Amino acid sequence: MKTAIELQNITKRFGTVVANDNVNLNINFGEIVALLGENGSGKTTLMNILSGIYQPDGGAIFIRGEQAHIASPRDAQRLGIGMVHQHFKLVDVFTAYENIILGMPRVKGESPAECRARIENLREEYRLTLSLDKRVHDMSVSEKQTVEIIKLLYRGADVLVLDEPTAVLTPQEVGHLFAMLSRMKKSGRAVVIITHKLYEVLSISDRVAVLRRGQCVAEAVTAQTDSRELTNLMVGRPVELKIERPDTRKAPNVLALTGVSVKNSDGGNALKDVSFSLCGGEILGVAGVAGSGQKELCEVIAGLVPAETGAILYRGRNIIGNSPAEIIKKGISMSFIPEDRLGMGLVASMDLTHNMLLKSYRSGKLPLLAKAPAKALATELVDRLKISTPGVAAPVRQLSGGNVQKVLLGREISAQPQVLITAYPVRGLDIHSSFTIYALLNEQKKNGVAVLFVGEDLDVLLELSDRILVLCQGEVMGIVSAKDATKEQLGLLMTGGKEGA
Amino acid sequence: MKDLVHITKRPERSALSSLGLIAAALGLAIVAGGVFIALMRQNPLEVYAAIIKGAFVGSKRDPFSAIKSTVILFVPLLIVSLGLSLAFKMRFWNIGGEGQMMFGAIFATFFALNYSHLPHIVLVLLMFAASVVGGGLWGLIPALFRVKWSVNETLFTLMMNYVALYTIEFLQAGPWKRTPGFASIGSFDANVQLAKVGGVHVGWILALVLVVIVTVYMSRAKQGYEIAVVGESKATAHYAGMNVKKIVLRTMFISGAICGIAGMVQIAGSDNTLSTGLTGNAGFSGITVAWLAQLNPFAVAVISALFSILEKGSKTIPVDVMSKEAANVLQGILLFFFLGAEFFRRYSIKINLPQKQVRHIQKEEEHADG
Repeated sequence: MKTAIELQNITKRFGTVVANDNVNLNINFGEIVALLGENGSGKTTLMNILSGIYQPDGGAIFIRGEQAHIASPRDAQRLGIGMVHQHFKLVDVFTAYENIILGMPRVKGESPAECRARIENLREEYRLTLSLDKRVHDMSVSEKQTVEIIKLLYRGADVLVLDEPTAVLTPQEVGHLFAMLSRMKKSGRAVVIITHKLYEVLSISDRVAVLRRGQCVAEAVTAQTDSRELTNLMVGRPVELKIERPDTRKAPNVLALTGVSVKNSDGGNALKDVSFSLCGGEILGVAGVAGSGQKELCEVIAGLVPAETGAILYRGRNIIGNSPAEIIKKGISMSFIPEDRLGMGLVASMDLTHNMLLKSYRSGKLPLLAKAPAKALATELVDRLKISTPGVAAPVRQLSGGNVQKVLLGREISAQPQVLITAYPVRGLDIHSSFTIYALLNEQKKNGVAVLFVGEDLDVLLELSDRILVLCQGEVMGIVSAKDATKEQLGLLMTGGKEGA
Repeated sequence: MKDLVHITKRPERSALSSLGLIAAALGLAIVAGGVFIALMRQNPLEVYAAIIKGAFVGSKRDPFSAIKSTVILFVPLLIVSLGLSLAFKMRFWNIGGEGQMMFGAIFATFFALNYSHLPHIVLVLLMFAASVVGGGLWGLIPALFRVKWSVNETLFTLMMNYVALYTIEFLQAGPWKRTPGFASIGSFDANVQLAKVGGVHVGWILALVLVVIVTVYMSRAKQGYEIAVVGESKATAHYAGMNVKKIVLRTMFISGAICGIAGMVQIAGSDNTLSTGLTGNAGFSGITVAWLAQLNPFAVAVISALFSILEKGSKTIPVDVMSKEAANVLQGILLFFFLGAEFFRRYSIKINLPQKQVRHIQKEEEHADG
């Protein structure tokens, strides 16, 4: 097998943070290499160096055996390297065709029709389904991804890097993507997929490189390893991978939504006629392709976005249209862990004590803040949840993702809520922190709290939740019992196939 | 190939390190200013001595006259900077300190002209209250447009300055014209004059009291906490159940009101009339002061004092030594270094020597070792 890329001792620093620390990696033509690692382990940084977005502080890159200096994405393109970023780089108002040819000089003597035919050929060669005249803003995430891939092929890329390509796809779409990547491999191209999901590594890659804290801790032939070994390498110590689902007594109808609709900024429906009920002592999972209305669902319950129609009943009292302040005034104890922790749930520049105050600063009749109880709470949380921080006076933005989430969840739980709404509570967290969060949610469930858990990892949803509600384009496609449901069933519902259909 | 100059974000500096940085900036500023003075064919030491002397040493007849004038510059600058700090803490770009000062002064003048027969203390309290309302309203208007229609407050507050300026010109030439022949309001009644404490009008005590009040308000009060949260993230404030619009309106009223107080103090304590020059540019200098002080009221007091010393001192450099314009350039140079220090507080610069030179140096070291 011919070596496509050789990375030697690549080092990249951001201030005091070492994102890549002497990383060595070989990528061959005709193989799929998985780059495995937790969030923040340096996977994306390494590939951004390869695609010319960052310049390494040390080390060398060899392409087809020759040392290369990749100063810009254009250089990378010239060298046959193409990357599909996690956030797609497409022009929304252009069609697929326009996006594909954008920035490329016309080949001399080639008519637009011939150029189009060339793209169509590529499309057929890899059996990609896509209409070239569809505008990007009308496309599904999976279609956008396809455009990105054709774009790279059209530009002559024979080394393809995909950053977390499955994060936004349904299980079925993942299947299609993987089949297509296999065809790329067969045609002699080199493929790198960045991921933190083990089953993806095991099902598609030929070789796997594991990154941990910027260092490449292992390189292995996929067939000779297993998920346990990979997890241990990725985390750096043995981990127990079992999520519990404790049995609890359910208190019916703590929160009930009937016919709730929410408009998005374009006037379309972000949520359409959503109805369900949430019991005390249960975890109701919410599944859906990214952007199916999960954010709006959480925010409409928390009173952050207005609803068009419907009712939200908290123990029989309608709270629809109430602002967060009004909900607090009514004495309703509801906690919301938003997706954007530092931008909404916490104040990034403030210390732990002042972040505790966010929930409680109104207490007391004096116009002055009561800081002592907040400080006591902060100290207690640091102790109880093992938050690693230089102190309660450290700004929360200096904390790692997992600790930030513990601060937020700790504060909300300490208010002893009846309803706990969590949006992607483990996004960006390492495995260990994620399991801490699952345990905290289970503890709340045992205390009789009604928990809404919006998640993206279907395996986690199936293990942790009691029931799973599936959203597709703002509509409830079905509510299934997590014990009996399968991933395929959820995947079908996520793309709009009604339950039982 | 590496970039020759590499700028990276650095970890936060400790208080001591920040202080060292400011000292370094001061040193560099003095050196750079000195070079400029030397280029003007003057002796830098003499000019610096003249500045210090100008700010602190008075005439033989009144040895404290210079300090008094410096304090008179200091008082409005400090008060305005405090007012602006509140708005900036909320990330509301209040560039309208000038106008708010003027409107505070205009409202106060109404009482100074029409109720001068009242007992002094009653009159002063009335003028004070009027300046709060005047400045506050002038701050409230752009805030109202901001929360209702998302109008950019930077331009709005800036434009409001000119409206205030021309309002004073109109009053001078029209309704409040008291001097035949030219547009002026004339001097206020002696009853309007603020009492003097330690040779300077009582405004300086008010300014220092405001430092304490604003400190407590910003760091201890619930409302101050709300301002900080709104400034950091409106989404967070909303999430926490805060009424963001109300907070923006309230804070801008207070910010404007404090600037208004500065206007009142200036006309009743120093100018003894209402004129377009009453602000002495404090509304604009205050922006720099507030940010240099990082919105900390005590630091605002220190920086305002430094500004006033520089201003008063460079004003008194004899014109044959240095022209007014050159003195302004000198002020600018000194300021530049302080603003530069702010950059180095957050970033560090690494210079990458070209490879050849590095190898050369290494060889030399090897020789030395051998």
